[in-house]
Amino acid sequence: MTAELVRGQNHPLSQARLEIRISAGTPIVAVAALGDENGRIHGEEWVAHPGAPAQPGLEVPRQAAADHRLAVDLDAVPEAVHRVSVLLALPVGGTGPVRFGAAAAPFVAVTGLDGGEVASYTITGLEAESAVVALELYRRQGAWKVRAVGQGYAGGLAELLADQQLSQAHRLAGSINDAVSQGLARSVQAPPPRTADGDRSRQAAAPALGPDQGGTAPQPGPVPPVSPYGGQTPGGPGQPAPQQPPYPGSAPDPDAVTQPSAPTAGGPVDYSHPRRQNAAPPPPPPTSPPAAPGQPAQPVAGDATGWSMEERLYNQVWGMFEDLARTTAAYRSAVDFAESRMDKELEQVLSDPRSRIGGQGDAAREAARARHAQLVAQAREALDRDLAQLAAEADVVEPALPPAYARWDNPAWHAYRVPMEIPMALRLGDLHLPEADRIRIPMLVRLPLERGLWIDSGPAGSSDGSFTDSHAMSRLAMETAVAHAARLLAVYPAGEFTVHVIDPAGSGAQPLAPLVQTGVLAAPPALGAAGVADVLGRLTQRVDLVQMAVRGGAADSLPPGFDTSQQLLIVNDFPHGFDDRAVNQLRYLADEGPAFGVHLMMVADREQSSGYGPLLDPLWRSLLRLTPVADDHLADPWVGHAWTYEPSLVPPGSQVLQQVLSQVATARTKFT
Amino acid sequence: MTKGQAISLQKNDGGSLTAVRMGLGWQAAPRRGLFGSRTREIDLDASAVLFADKQPVDVVFFRHLVSDDGSVRHTGDNLVGGVGQGGDDEAILVDLARVPVHIDQIVFTVNSFTGQTFQEVQNAFCRLVDETNGQELARYTLAGGGQYTAQIMAKVHRTGQGWTMTALGNPANGRTFQDLMPAILPVL
Repeated sequence: MTAELVRGQNHPLSQARLEIRISAGTPIVAVAALGDENGRIHGEEWVAHPGAPAQPGLEVPRQAAADHRLAVDLDAVPEAVHRVSVLLALPVGGTGPVRFGAAAAPFVAVTGLDGGEVASYTITGLEAESAVVALELYRRQGAWKVRAVGQGYAGGLAELLADQQLSQAHRLAGSINDAVSQGLARSVQAPPPRTADGDRSRQAAAPALGPDQGGTAPQPGPVPPVSPYGGQTPGGPGQPAPQQPPYPGSAPDPDAVTQPSAPTAGGPVDYSHPRRQNAAPPPPPPTSPPAAPGQPAQPVAGDATGWSMEERLYNQVWGMFEDLARTTAAYRSAVDFAESRMDKELEQVLSDPRSRIGGQGDAAREAARARHAQLVAQAREALDRDLAQLAAEADVVEPALPPAYARWDNPAWHAYRVPMEIPMALRLGDLHLPEADRIRIPMLVRLPLERGLWIDSGPAGSSDGSFTDSHAMSRLAMETAVAHAARLLAVYPAGEFTVHVIDPAGSGAQPLAPLVQTGVLAAPPALGAAGVADVLGRLTQRVDLVQMAVRGGAADSLPPGFDTSQQLLIVNDFPHGFDDRAVNQLRYLADEGPAFGVHLMMVADREQSSGYGPLLDPLWRSLLRLTPVADDHLADPWVGHAWTYEPSLVPPGSQVLQQVLSQVATARTKFT
Repeated sequence: MTKGQAISLQKNDGGSLTAVRMGLGWQAAPRRGLFGSRTREIDLDASAVLFADKQPVDVVFFRHLVSDDGSVRHTGDNLVGGVGQGGDDEAILVDLARVPVHIDQIVFTVNSFTGQTFQEVQNAFCRLVDETNGQELARYTLAGGGQYTAQIMAKVHRTGQGWTMTALGNPANGRTFQDLMPAILPVL
């Protein structure tokens, strides 16, 4: 029998092991806190949160999601605990709403392990609050009860925790936010959903549809490799939220937060089907020659679905990315298993008294090692088979890529012509894994950019020691930024992409020379504090204008001659030359800019702006961090391996950048 | 085939079979009166648990549709069932050649997520199909099968160079595969 509670009402609990299900229309953070008889939280170890998801008797999800299941075992909580509070908070720094008043009313239910609902509560009436105490389970005369609380806090988790008399409330709230957003800044954006049959069975023995498959009912629609909506369940709020998979391999869907929300500010509605631009059927995909029996098919470029060669190549690259991630996951899990099995067997030999007699122990140890070696060899063989296939595919795909997807040394760039259309995506660099050093996956991001970029000029994380010199590092970072900016300028049609540069100390002059000399910048790099203020002021005003026009539904009311191109602002040496006003403008551009065509490219060492404290954390988190040297900081969306990223740089001595940029400059003069 | 019977998935000509599909089908609950939304919908779920040396290492179910290595794929959750004419409403595809070398058993289970017992579900079945030729290897009729909410259906396990399938058909109770773990461990 379900009790639908109203605020303040309580209900007895007959079971000790309970589940608390939470559904909200938007990703939220769920936290459970233990309190003593006075409601006081004794310390951080009394709080289960995404950074520390399991505490005695409590388990909470590791990430923000629209649906959660919390496990509570009231028999397992410490004796001193008299109260278990369930707290909800909106994630900080995401793209979602910042107050509960702007989101659907959260629904909380207490159920037994059999799924039977004991009590439920819909938290209504929230306004500016960004954190709320949803329920509390409390001990009264030896029995547990649940009470609907619904107390909201406009000051977020920190204020909420402080109210429960936790001394380190602010620090804990900060670490919870960090844990939630950790996945955000380092995740590669998810690929577009693939169709159910997009499992790329490119083997010659690709299973043909069996005769009885014709009679099957229509399969559920396209199945993306990862849900772009994070923890949302297929069932929606009415359905109980199923639990996150309990094993560590499950990718912590960072996309819940990284997925850009559809432009919320309205904007012109595009009714055209995003994947069906041409009415005419697309040209047939290239077919691979029939493979010899028992041999994998010869790979061909463009062997994926799509309405154009560009889209097919894009999907193929993402397919290679996924296949490499998964085949490496298979190898790593087999090796881990072989090692843990060997450790266990060696331990057994040690603890077995019989093994001390004669050579028995040695023989057993030898056998355990042999079993380990055999399994690892088998796993390696499977990995090598897959890598050979992927390498062969990369060998045909790489030369076939259009300029936007190609490395700078690809002949496609020598045959460069200013394009008429914006490409689907842009290559920002290469990704690879230590097991497969020679397979480089192009890292493609969708255009127009959905997030700004941060070229990290801080000390290199990878310890090869060659780039510890901070001066060399900042120069290299600026060169990387110039290569990315030049690529963006080149792949947009003439006049549709504008680059501004802030270089307060003029320290980037040398790397910036190709952009300055060819005249593709909107204006010479801005110098000094006055230059910073001027550029930021103009871009801020621009975002304001477009925002007003779009929100007012009057996009045609922009001043005549208004430049509608996408804008990129490169900021070197941040925070040099920035006063508080400029910092605020920069934060505004980072927050509001991407939706209105203004993007940031920060070339900065985060340490140098540490004086601003946590104020700038959301800024750094909102940017995609790239490094000027190889660094393993990017995670894939399927299994979350750490991939080594290398930026796409112009080969030394090559003139390709100058040639491409002068073509861009020429096209621009014709255009204006 | 009958309970406990084992079939080698080795082909007669020596080539080993490469892909199997577990299919699950059931008939959606009838609409009740005018208010279709109050129909007591039936949600059955198919899951596959991957074991290495009797330790569960990965699971494919409606919250985790693809095993980390990509060899086992769930085609997606069906929350209400189908027309009940024998088509699969949920399917799990296993590419046996790509299963990591340390995985030695894969157990297939069916659960009633919404809690109806198999007695209350119309036209429910689960089956294991050889994907290369569409031949049905095992089939269980769940409908009318008793006061159970789950079934440990079958397992495929490595033997020598190939895979062998054993039909189990053990009834059990539980909402998701986690609840079935105690019932699965004895059959490994």
